[in-house]
Amino acid sequence: MRRLFVFFLVAALWLAVPAIASSENLRLEIQSWSWQGMFGRYDKAQLRRGFQVYSEVCANCHGLRLVAYRNLEDLGFTEEEIKRIAAEKEVQDGPNEQGEMFTRFARPSDRFVSPYVNDQAARVANHGALPPDLSLMAKARAGGPDYLYSLLTGYEDPPSGVILTPGMNYNKVFPGHQIAMPQPLFEDMVTYDDSTSAALPQLAQDVTAFLNWTAEPELEGRHALGLKTLAFLVLLTGLLYALKRQIWSGVQHG
Amino acid sequence: MAHAVNLPKFDKYESKTRRDFLTYATITTGAAGTVLALWPFIHSMNPAADVLALSSSEVDLTPVFPGQAITVTWRGKPVFIRHRTPEETQAARDVDISGLPDPQKDEDRVQNPEWLILVGVCTHLGCVPLGQKQTDPHGDYNGWFCPCHGSHYDVSGRIRKGPAPFNLIVPPYTFTSKNTIKIG
Amino acid sequence: MSASVHSHRVVRWINDRLPIFTMVHHSAVEYPTPKNLNYWWNFGSLAGFILAVMILTGIFLAMNYTAHTSYAFESVERIMRDVNYGWLLRYLHMNGASMFFLIVYIHIFRGLYYGSYKSPREVLWWIGVLIFLTMMATAFMGYVLPWGQMSFWGATVITNLFSAVPWVGQDVVTWLWGGFSVDNPTLNRFFALHYLLPFMILFFVVVHVWALHTVKSNNPLGIDVRGSQDTIPFHPYYTIKDLYGIGLFLILYLFFVFFAPNFFGEPDNYIPANPMVTPPHIVPEWYFLPFYAILRAVPDKLFGVVLMFSAIFILFILPWLDRSIVRSAHFRPIYKQLFWIFLLDCLVLGWIGAKPPEGAYLMIGRVATIYYFVHFLILTPLVGIFEKPRSLPESICTPVVKAAKL
Repeated sequence: MRRLFVFFLVAALWLAVPAIASSENLRLEIQSWSWQGMFGRYDKAQLRRGFQVYSEVCANCHGLRLVAYRNLEDLGFTEEEIKRIAAEKEVQDGPNEQGEMFTRFARPSDRFVSPYVNDQAARVANHGALPPDLSLMAKARAGGPDYLYSLLTGYEDPPSGVILTPGMNYNKVFPGHQIAMPQPLFEDMVTYDDSTSAALPQLAQDVTAFLNWTAEPELEGRHALGLKTLAFLVLLTGLLYALKRQIWSGVQHG
Repeated sequence: MAHAVNLPKFDKYESKTRRDFLTYATITTGAAGTVLALWPFIHSMNPAADVLALSSSEVDLTPVFPGQAITVTWRGKPVFIRHRTPEETQAARDVDISGLPDPQKDEDRVQNPEWLILVGVCTHLGCVPLGQKQTDPHGDYNGWFCPCHGSHYDVSGRIRKGPAPFNLIVPPYTFTSKNTIKIG
Repeated sequence: MSASVHSHRVVRWINDRLPIFTMVHHSAVEYPTPKNLNYWWNFGSLAGFILAVMILTGIFLAMNYTAHTSYAFESVERIMRDVNYGWLLRYLHMNGASMFFLIVYIHIFRGLYYGSYKSPREVLWWIGVLIFLTMMATAFMGYVLPWGQMSFWGATVITNLFSAVPWVGQDVVTWLWGGFSVDNPTLNRFFALHYLLPFMILFFVVVHVWALHTVKSNNPLGIDVRGSQDTIPFHPYYTIKDLYGIGLFLILYLFFVFFAPNFFGEPDNYIPANPMVTPPHIVPEWYFLPFYAILRAVPDKLFGVVLMFSAIFILFILPWLDRSIVRSAHFRPIYKQLFWIFLLDCLVLGWIGAKPPEGAYLMIGRVATIYYFVHFLILTPLVGIFEKPRSLPESICTPVVKAAKL
């Protein structure tokens, strides 16, 4: 009977896996990330480096509309630093007493200011291609962070025989291999404050880590609560099992 | 459970105690777990992070002349800002506070005597008192009058007559410059 | 017996006016239960438990959810990011749906293996099928609420099934949508119905338990209870066993919630709904995959839809398709083999449902679909007539020693 239970379980999982795994058969560069596993946590220094890469490179075209500046507290920034970071952007507010809309500096309570006012403006500025918002990107693609890393490091010259549509770039993991975004990251294009060397894999890993945080900001709390909860449940279930044994000890049953 | 007659007394005693202990330990653990599991549900109804983040508002006082009042929003509630004339301030300070329902000196209710800042919510049952506009009724004490149940507030926002138990609340605020305040 | 239980004066006073304590005592304490139930019988109470979890998490999620196409996606993300423990409530609800189906599928196959649908339990079985149907509708509408790409396109594809109805199909679909495409009116009504249907499920569950306590539980031997020597009171024996099962289940369920919350999900549903772009691979949630495979196995639109619904409705007439008077597959050597082949067939259908409908997948899907119906319409009746069952034990008590390994 236990065997059957395991069988059912495996079968159910087996049904679910193809939906996830089969959707891409492109080869991803599997990385080991600090937040993986039951004890996984974010590396705050890495998240800050990733934020720097995002701000200096990605933010020129991609928004983070679901993340607020106040959330940067998770990365170890102080309140003053967050105010300064927010105040680098302007947002529209209003109407004021004169009934007019006005712009003001962004505050920590504001969401990240997107580089374009709307999707149409974004398309016009990018030859018709829409740079997607990155808030949930690490959860919105099969392969998650490994896909993001592979994409950022996956630019190469097209193999002979492949003719690119004008304005497109060759990427070995992008579905169809033709991507509108030109290679965004190059060695040393960012100077890290903590003097980490800014090689391409390092840049890609750091910004991927940052984007995983924007997609799953609750991860550390989730893991911590999960460990406590499971430990408690193992104890409770052990007690229930012992009690069950004891109550049933006098019963002759099938 | 039937106990076998030939069991030694000691064993019988021990097994019963053990079973009782196990039952109580399990019930206690299960009950504790259930109570703990309720907390996320209850806490989810408390203000969320984005609500808490919006807890301060800045107000420019320049366009408010003496004798005028404006209403601004702070945490979804009206805040009354009244630019008092010297006479009004004097009237507020001349009151003998010992006979008030909620005795408080006017000096303790303002940072700058010209500016009276109040949460515009009646301390009785939460209506918004009248008195912000010149044409509004101001109650018997030249302040605010709550139309719901007839509470009268004076020019310092203190309860003088009616069912409200406390003075109008003064929100936390700071003057960020001579003519700007930050509420919250 | 009951007099001694209601010894407290207040309890007795209430009970004399509304015998609620007698009812609870009757059905949750002294209810005589076969003493030989195995762990497969845990899944009924587990299903009730997860239903309670779903309703509870759902109510608290609804407090923060906005059923409007412009806000739905963001309101879910606000729950995930800003609401206190919002991520926990959402992941409990999202994974709870998968767990609910996992439990109910095991519960259904338990019934198929041990013949729990046979006389006198036909009505009990019917209500179970009704619960299953209502669950499917509820899960489908719930999946639309986050308003991601899979939500939108799942809603579009599934509602379009009704366009297969002759003559009035398109009118029916327009009526379902409240417009000319899946849009805000659709989202609004789906939210209203998604809130309503779980309470209908709850109602059916009460009737299900009522029917169960009228005809009494089946058991692994499938033979009738002969007397009190075959039964034990529900409490404490099965209360503790069910609680132990809930403990084990919670470990599995919460492992997914805390450490692999998106395991059963689709990445595309983290992209906001876009009526202009269909994702390249539309896949329903795993629990719909076998039925989705049956739908796609048929080249004709109307016939495919009819066949898919038949796959569920056929369960209603199962008690009359199976002619054997022996309930438990334990004593039915041939049916037992067929049961396992049928289970495998359902798993194959599920696997095919996740694959693109082309080439070999399409062929396998068709064979598996045909077998699904052959199993119910041909093999089950024939086996019932021609199979020679093993000899049944006289009572639940007698085989206890011999059949201990059941």
